[in-house]
Amino acid sequence: MTGFYYALMVALALGAYFLVRGRAAALANGQTLHSRPSYHGLLAAAQVILPMILIHFAGSVLAARFVEHQALVAMDPALLTDELRRGAAFREIREFAIGRGAANATQALQAGAAMYAYLSALTNWAVLGLGLAVGIAMALFSLRSISGEFRARNRFEQVVRYLLMACATVAVITTIGIVFSVLFETFRFFQKVSPIDFLFGTHWSPQTAIRADQVGSSGSFGMVPLLVGTLLISTIAILVAGPIGLFAAIYMAEYASPKFRAWAKPILEILAGIPTVVLGFFAALTVAPLIREVGTSLGLSVASESALAAGLVMGIMIVPFVSSLSDDVITAVPQSLRDGSFGMGATRSETIKKVVLPAALPGIVSAFMLAISRAVGETMIVVMAAGLAANLSFNPLDAVTTFTVQIKTILVGDQEFDSAKTLAAFALGFVLFFFTLTLNVIALAIVRKYREQYD
Amino acid sequence: MTDTSMAPPETGIRTFDYGSDEAQARVKRRYKTEARFKLYGLLAVLFAGAFVFVLLADIVRKGMPAFFEHRVVLTLDLDASLIDPTGRREIDVLRNADYNKIVMDAWRANFPEVTQRAERRRLEALVSSGAADDLRAAVIRDPALIGQKVRFPVLLSDDADLHFKGLSTRISAVAGAGALDVKVNGREVELNGSGQPFAAILADVKAGLMQDAERVGAELARLPASQQGGNNAALDARRIELTQKVAELRRRAGDAGSAETIDFSAMPSRIIRAEGAAIRLQEIGPGSAKGFLLVAPQREIARLESWTVATFATPESNRKASDADISWLETLNARGAIEKAFATRFFSSGDSREPELAGIRGALIGSALTLLVTLIVCLPLGVGAAVYLEEFAPKNRFTDILEVNINNLAAVPSIVFGLLGLAMFLNFFGLPRSAPLVGGLVLALLVLPTIIIASRAALKAVPPSIKEAALGVGASHQQAIFHHVLPLAMPGIMTGTIIGMAHALGETAPLLMIGMVAFIVDIPQAITDPGTVLPVQIYLWSDLPEVAFQAKTAGAILVLLGFLFVMNGAAILLRRRFERRW
Repeated sequence: MTGFYYALMVALALGAYFLVRGRAAALANGQTLHSRPSYHGLLAAAQVILPMILIHFAGSVLAARFVEHQALVAMDPALLTDELRRGAAFREIREFAIGRGAANATQALQAGAAMYAYLSALTNWAVLGLGLAVGIAMALFSLRSISGEFRARNRFEQVVRYLLMACATVAVITTIGIVFSVLFETFRFFQKVSPIDFLFGTHWSPQTAIRADQVGSSGSFGMVPLLVGTLLISTIAILVAGPIGLFAAIYMAEYASPKFRAWAKPILEILAGIPTVVLGFFAALTVAPLIREVGTSLGLSVASESALAAGLVMGIMIVPFVSSLSDDVITAVPQSLRDGSFGMGATRSETIKKVVLPAALPGIVSAFMLAISRAVGETMIVVMAAGLAANLSFNPLDAVTTFTVQIKTILVGDQEFDSAKTLAAFALGFVLFFFTLTLNVIALAIVRKYREQYD
Repeated sequence: MTDTSMAPPETGIRTFDYGSDEAQARVKRRYKTEARFKLYGLLAVLFAGAFVFVLLADIVRKGMPAFFEHRVVLTLDLDASLIDPTGRREIDVLRNADYNKIVMDAWRANFPEVTQRAERRRLEALVSSGAADDLRAAVIRDPALIGQKVRFPVLLSDDADLHFKGLSTRISAVAGAGALDVKVNGREVELNGSGQPFAAILADVKAGLMQDAERVGAELARLPASQQGGNNAALDARRIELTQKVAELRRRAGDAGSAETIDFSAMPSRIIRAEGAAIRLQEIGPGSAKGFLLVAPQREIARLESWTVATFATPESNRKASDADISWLETLNARGAIEKAFATRFFSSGDSREPELAGIRGALIGSALTLLVTLIVCLPLGVGAAVYLEEFAPKNRFTDILEVNINNLAAVPSIVFGLLGLAMFLNFFGLPRSAPLVGGLVLALLVLPTIIIASRAALKAVPPSIKEAALGVGASHQQAIFHHVLPLAMPGIMTGTIIGMAHALGETAPLLMIGMVAFIVDIPQAITDPGTVLPVQIYLWSDLPEVAFQAKTAGAILVLLGFLFVMNGAAILLRRRFERRW
C-alpha cells in the first residue's frame, strides 16, 4: 500500500511538473516570464509532493493508533487498561489477521482480527484518497498560478531553503530524541528503584521475579560494580593506547621520512577501520586463551574472560584514534618553537619533550579524553571478551562486566517494557550517554580554545 | 673575611670545557637518549603494524577452511519405485520422496560390517542432514535422473569435514616391523608375531605414560601448601590421590616388558592398518596384541606381511570424531571417494544450526538492504545539512548549537543509538522488529555526522571564486551552489559517504538492540522482513560452541573485511582520481 501511494505520488508530481512547465513555456512565447518554465514545474512538483508525504506520515500514525484501539475494543474492552497484555494481544491479532496465527483462535480474537483487517483496509484507502485529492488540488492550484509575473524561482528556492534547514535540524532532533527516550525510561526506572541505590549500590543482579512471592524477587540495581568494571577495562585500554598512540604520533610527526609515512599511515587507517566485532572475535578466541595460558604457566589464576584481554584489544583499537588526533596537534605546533629549541642546541628528543609536547599538551589531553570516551562506550569487544558476572574487583585477571555489556544483555531478546530490569538498561544508557557527552564537550572545548592560541 | 678574598672573582659567566671527559660523556648520554626515544616511537608504529598483520593472519588461517567443504562421492541408486512410484513426474511427489533413505543406503553399503545400532548411528552421523536436500534439488532440476545409478557428491557432516581439514587429531603413521598372525573372532582380533613386532609401539606407549607422570607431578607441585588450622581435607585428599597416580604411572612406565591396556580417555589411540582393514589396539604386549576390528578387510586375512600403525595423538574422548569415525573416513579417502571442493554453499545459503549447511547469503542480503536504507536516508540529509550550514546558515546561536551538536553526536557511543532505535522506532512508531528498515534508519542517524562533516569539508575546499563568477553572471545564490559548487564538491562528498557506509557496514552494537540478532533462516526479500546483517551474523556464530562455526565466523569476517577494503579502496581511488587541488 505504501509503495502504491508513493508510486502514485511520483506519477502525480511528474505529471504536474511537465504540465506546468509546458504551460509556462507556451506562455513564454508571447511575453517574458519572471522565472524560467522549469522553475514553475519544479514548484508545482514540490507543492504536490510535500503535502502528500505529510498526509501519509500523519495519516499512518493516526490510523495505526485508531486501528489498534478499535481492534482491542472488539476483542476485549478490558485489554485497553491492561498494559501488560495489551501489546501481546495486539501482536496476536495482527498475526491472525495476516493468516499466520494459530488455527484454534478464540471467538474474541477472531472478532478483533476481523475488526483489524476491516479498519486497516478502510484507513489505508482513506489516507490514499485524501492524499490523492490534496495532490490533485495542489497540481490544479499550481496550474492556475502560472503568470508572467509569478516569482516561481524565488518561491521554489524558499522551499529548498526550508528543506535544507530541516536536514540540518535532523542532527539536533536526533540528540533530543536520544535524550528524551533515555531520560523518560530512566525516570520510570527511578520510580521503581531509588536513585541512591542505583548510583551507590555495590550489588548488581537485575533479575526480577516472575511471581511476587519468589525469593530475592526485588533484584538489586547497584551500578558500582559496573562502573568499576568499565573503568578497569578502560584504564587498561588507555595504558596500552596512550603510550603506543602518543609515541607513534611523535614518530610520525617528527621523525618519519615521507616514504615511511606513506606506508605507516594506511596501516594505522586499516587498524582504525577494522570493525569492533572482528576485534572482539580476536580478543575472545586468540588473546584471552593466550593470556590465560601465560598466566597459568606463571602460576596465576586467570579468568577465561579476564578484563586484561578485553582491555588490551580495546587499547589497540583506540591506538589509531589517539595517534591521529595527537599527530594533528603535534603538527599544529609552530615550527618557530622547534627552531628556537634547536638553536639552543637541544636534540630532537629534548625539543619534543621540553617544547613540543608542553605546547601540544591541551590537545593531547583532549585526545586522551576522547579516547577514554571511546573506550567507555565500546560494546562489541567487551560483549565478546569480557564477562557477565558483576564482580566488584580491581584485579585485571578477574572477569568483570561493563555498562555496555549489561545494556546489551538486558535488551537483547524479548523484553517487557515496564519491568525494572528493562528500564535499568535505559538508566545505564543514560549514565553512559551523560559520561561520554561530558568528556566530549570538555575535550572539544579544549581543542577549540587551543586552536585559537596559535592561529 | 679571608675566605671571600680567596674565592675567584664573580664574573657571572660559567666556564665550561667542552673537551673535558665529563662533557663528552654528557653529549654521549644525550645522543643515547635521543636514539632511545626515536626507537620507542618506531617500536610503537611497528607494534601497531605487527598487530594488524597478526590479526589478519590469524583470521585468514582460521577462516580459509570455511571456503572449502568435503564430500563423499557415492553411487546412488535413484530407484523409480522409491522416488516416483506413479511415474507421472509430479513435482509434489518428487519433492516428498525419501531421498534420505537413498543416500543412507548407499553410504552404509560402504561398511557392511557395521550392524550394531549405536555404531550405525555414528556412521550415519558422518553424512550431513543436508545431503538429501541436495539430491532432491538435483532430481527436481533433472527428473531424467530417476531410474539411473548416478555418482553424486554427498556432503559430509561438520565433524567429518573438520577431520579432513586437519582439525580432529594429529595422525602419525609408521610402518610395522615383522609379519603378524591374525586370528579374527567376530570383531575381536588377536595379533601374534615372532620377534616382538610390537616392542616399538609398546615403548612409545610407555614413553607417553612417562610424560603423563611428569604432567601429574607438575600439577602436584602446583598444589597450594596446607594452611595451619585451615580446613585442608579436600586439598590433602587431592594430594594423596595425585601422589598415588604419579607412582602408578611411573611403575607402569618403568616396567619395560609388561603389557599395557589402552585407556581411550587418556591415552592416544593406535590403529593397525593393512589390506583395507583398521584394527584398534586394546591390549599391547611386546609380542602379541588384542584389538577391535573397526573396518573389515576386503578379503579374509590370516597373516599380515606388511602393515602400518597409525597413532591418533589426541585421546578419543577429547575429540568429536571417534577412532571409528576417523577410520571410516580414512578408508574412504584411501579408496579415492572423498573430494574437496569450493563451498559455494557458504555464499548461497542462509543461516543454519548445522555448521556445514550455514551460509552468509541472508546476512549479505540483509546488509545490502540495510545499507540501502542508510544511504537513501543519510545521503540527502547529510548533503542538505552540509550545504545549509556551509552556505545558507546565518551566524547565530542556533547555528552554533547545531555545529557543537553535530560534533558531539559523532562521539556518542553507538549502543546509545541502539537505545534510541528501540525506544523511538520500535516502541513509539511501532516499526517491525529485526527489520533492515529500522537498522538502516538507526545506522543513518549514526553516520549522519560523519557525512555532514566530510561534505562540509568538501564544500569548503571549492574556491569562492567559482561561486563569485556564477553570481557575477547573474545566477541566483542557489543556482550558483547547486549548478557549480556542489558538482565540484561531489567527489569529496562521495568519498566521505563511502567511508561512512563502510563504518555502517561494520557496525554491530546498535543493531543488537533492535532485534537483528534473531536466528533467521529465510533470506529477507524486503526491508520490512526480519533479517540480520553480516557483523551480527559474525557475532552470533562466534557465540556457538561447535568448532566448525569458528571457521565460519572467521570466513564471514574475511568476507566483511573484503567488502570494507573494496569500499575504502574505492574511496581512496575516487579521492586520487577526482579531487582537485585549487
